[in-house]
Amino acid sequence: MSTFWSIWVSVIVLGTIFGCWWLLLATRKSQTTDTETDRTTGHSFDGIEELDNPLPKWWFYLFIATCVFSLGYLALYPGLGNFKGLLGWTSYNQWEAEVQQAEARYGELYAEFGDTPVVELAENEDAMKMGQRLFANNCSVCHGSAGRGSLGFPNLTDDDWLYGGEPENILTTLRQGRNGNMPAKGMMPNMTSDQVDQVVNYVLSFSDRAKDPEAAKAGEAVFAQACSACHGSDGKGNQAMGAPNLTDDTWLYGSTYGWIKETVMNGRQNQMPAQGERLSEDQIQILAAYVYSLSN
Amino acid sequence: MKHEIVEKNLGLMIVLIILTISGGFLAEVVPLFFSKDTNEPVEGLEPLSALELEGRDIYIREGCHVCHTQQIRPFRAETERYGHYSVAGEFVYDRPFLWGSKRTGPDLARVGGRYSDAWQRQHLYDPRSVVPESNMPAFPWLFENRVNHADTAAKMTTLQTLGVPYSDEQIAEAAAEVEGKFEIEALVAYLQQLGTVISEKR
Repeated sequence: MSTFWSIWVSVIVLGTIFGCWWLLLATRKSQTTDTETDRTTGHSFDGIEELDNPLPKWWFYLFIATCVFSLGYLALYPGLGNFKGLLGWTSYNQWEAEVQQAEARYGELYAEFGDTPVVELAENEDAMKMGQRLFANNCSVCHGSAGRGSLGFPNLTDDDWLYGGEPENILTTLRQGRNGNMPAKGMMPNMTSDQVDQVVNYVLSFSDRAKDPEAAKAGEAVFAQACSACHGSDGKGNQAMGAPNLTDDTWLYGSTYGWIKETVMNGRQNQMPAQGERLSEDQIQILAAYVYSLSN
Repeated sequence: MKHEIVEKNLGLMIVLIILTISGGFLAEVVPLFFSKDTNEPVEGLEPLSALELEGRDIYIREGCHVCHTQQIRPFRAETERYGHYSVAGEFVYDRPFLWGSKRTGPDLARVGGRYSDAWQRQHLYDPRSVVPESNMPAFPWLFENRVNHADTAAKMTTLQTLGVPYSDEQIAEAAAEVEGKFEIEALVAYLQQLGTVISEKR
């Protein structure tokens, strides 16, 4: 704040307080007795007259007390332009003190857990209690409070992993997030609707559910051209790119003919938001151990 | 001064009342009009794109600001949950600002990038499908209505005259950028950029 505005603020603030004080004293009527006077303000309506009594003493002194309080407050806290106040309080300092207090209380615990390997940490009951809280606050909105996921949000409690379920994979997923992107019609943008039907049947045939065996057979060639680059020629997927295994019974976007057709026709885009910028490295370690513990 | 004089001269009373009640405004608000902290953008702050700007107007139209604040206070409990506390320089292009004053839902000041686009869409279509205990209303019409692009350029021109640094090219391309987009796309684009200019570990 420039000197001008500092003086501006101080003058107005102090002027207001002393102005109130002056007004209080200047308009004070005789307080020598507590008895009511018979003076009136001169207002009279239907014979009812407005009396002009002095302020009750307790009220008058309460006003004075608020003026004194405000001066004391302005001496201790920042309120007069650039004057910082005798206590040196700022909202930033207060926040920092709170954070330091928490750091002193939990920092050691976090540091200890942060240095423990994920697999070992997953056995630690205290760490898993913290992990559960962290999971509830940061992950459960998408993955569910029990980590079972829902349509479009992976289940973390099974042993099926898009990007791998080893501790390093989970840590990478947490830190950097993941971007899943299946293009519409895979690598074959000009896929005809007959070919869509064939490839969906072929995908269903991995789990012996093909509706039309003839179409499923024809779908093999379509799959090889459109899908195998990511999902592999055997449909078992590729964790390096997050391409799901199509031969098991875990389906992120629905397992029926209609759902799979929708996926093929329009593709799927999904992100796991990166947490590396939001959570500390120790918190990420604890969360990775918690996620690991859900399926191990 | 006699009480009676003030009471019987309306003009004088008006002047004295204005003097009395303007003290707080003059001391607490006016200096901020000229303060560097409140007028200079934080480093890296960009004005909203045409699509995000339309998303912001949908945010206002649907009354999101009535239940969601956009201001993280400097308390540990808040910075732990939402991220770095809000600073004035983040809001210099907000006209009007959408800080809000009531949190029926959580603060959204740093919701950008926190959830995936798919989650945001599903949550707006049917909040309880992803947050069972939520009491947020659903907004299914956002998935049917297209953004009205007729006024986009005019809105940006208005903001430009108020000091938001839009280039003339951005304004010329504005209508084309939003034309044909669904309202949900605009709203999600707006939400996904909220608060992303400051990122710091909590």
